[in-house]
Amino acid sequence: MKDFSNKYIIIFSVVMVVSVAILLSLMALLLQPRQEKNVEVEKKMNILSSINVVSDKSDAVQLYDRHIKESFVINTEGKKFEGVDAFTVTLRAEQKKPLAEQYLPVFIAVADNGDTLHIIPLEGKGLWGPIWGYVSLKKDLSTIAGATFDHKGETPGLGAEINTTPFESQFHDKSIYENGNFVSVRVVKGGARPGNLHEVDAISGGTITSKGLEAMVHDGLEKYEKYLSQNRK
Amino acid sequence: MEKVEKEPLLSAKNRKLLTNPLGIDNPITVQVLGICSALAVTVKMKPAIVMAISVTVVVALSNLIIALMRKSIPGRIRIIVQLVVIATLVIIVDQFLKAFAFDVSKQLSVFVGLIITNCIIMGRLEAFAMANKPWPSFLDGIGNGAGYGLILIIVSFFREFLGSGSIFGYPVMEKLGVYKFGYEDNGMMILPPMALITVGLIIWFQRARNKSLIENK
Repeated sequence: MKDFSNKYIIIFSVVMVVSVAILLSLMALLLQPRQEKNVEVEKKMNILSSINVVSDKSDAVQLYDRHIKESFVINTEGKKFEGVDAFTVTLRAEQKKPLAEQYLPVFIAVADNGDTLHIIPLEGKGLWGPIWGYVSLKKDLSTIAGATFDHKGETPGLGAEINTTPFESQFHDKSIYENGNFVSVRVVKGGARPGNLHEVDAISGGTITSKGLEAMVHDGLEKYEKYLSQNRK
Repeated sequence: MEKVEKEPLLSAKNRKLLTNPLGIDNPITVQVLGICSALAVTVKMKPAIVMAISVTVVVALSNLIIALMRKSIPGRIRIIVQLVVIATLVIIVDQFLKAFAFDVSKQLSVFVGLIITNCIIMGRLEAFAMANKPWPSFLDGIGNGAGYGLILIIVSFFREFLGSGSIFGYPVMEKLGVYKFGYEDNGMMILPPMALITVGLIIWFQRARNKSLIENK
């Protein structure tokens, strides 16, 4: 390997870095619209799956418009904010605000069997990064009709199992209130007691993700407590 | 100027570049590189295969690019240059997956980004591409990517089969009905240490069959 002068090395690095920067920014600009579209469609698919409507990439937007009747943003007191689009609220940014100023999105949906469901989005922390999900509540605003979870980078086969049907379907018909008190749903290591309305099984090998999910469901739903008790029928 | 060699594209020497990493020069079991990601992505077969393909693409292309540039890369900053090439390729692969294969990119999540730190790639650039012509370097990349992938697939097969009772997501054990006789999936298999033990068993098996791999005392 022959020796190069300092001048050559500096010019070499500058040219290399600038050309790589241009290449990557062009790539990002060109692919961004497609990527954003993917994210939007995925969010709609997630919301739909929390009310147990199966959709795929091609019909998600259409099904979303059919099932989601109304969406709005409330605060912890249960009062509505005007002029805020619930779909574009990012929970991660909201959680950094003081509790009273946080936007809390609610989606009202009509399920296939005609039931009106309230969908509440959640966001929390797993082991490696953010986890999030949607929980839909039946008319009594306590019984869970469906739940869907997802994650950014939990370990495949372990924590990543939270977005699979066997785990999510455990939440069906669980109840977040016990005798009028908010108790949320616990994720129990070693297995939920059969028939218990407030417990689901944790994931073996995914303890931290399971704990994070439990905290997410509890903390997320707790903020809606006033709204839920005001609107209970 | 280089002398143009009249060598067929797949001469015996070049074929060795492809086949050696599958066996006697395997990056994982013989060179012991890239163990870290072999532990992380081998719980299920599908991510293991996508990871194997991504690594093969990145190692082959970066080998090719570095071999093309090898005479103009200043020795003192060669590691940085190699890293820039690898990082650029990985980001391009990641962006493409996000735009055109969103589901796969979600499954692999952070591991695509972590290809940058996969020691096999830097190892091949430093040991091979810096001193060889583009075509052999490209073959060397394909060979090493495939050798890495082969071990990944073997390990993930055993981990998924014994740990989750399925192959490629298909619930074999359930279909066989063995759960009724009291069989249970071995939860240990899905924990990272078992990947290391599985790799160890493969190394043992390989050395038992090929004595030339055993170091002289």
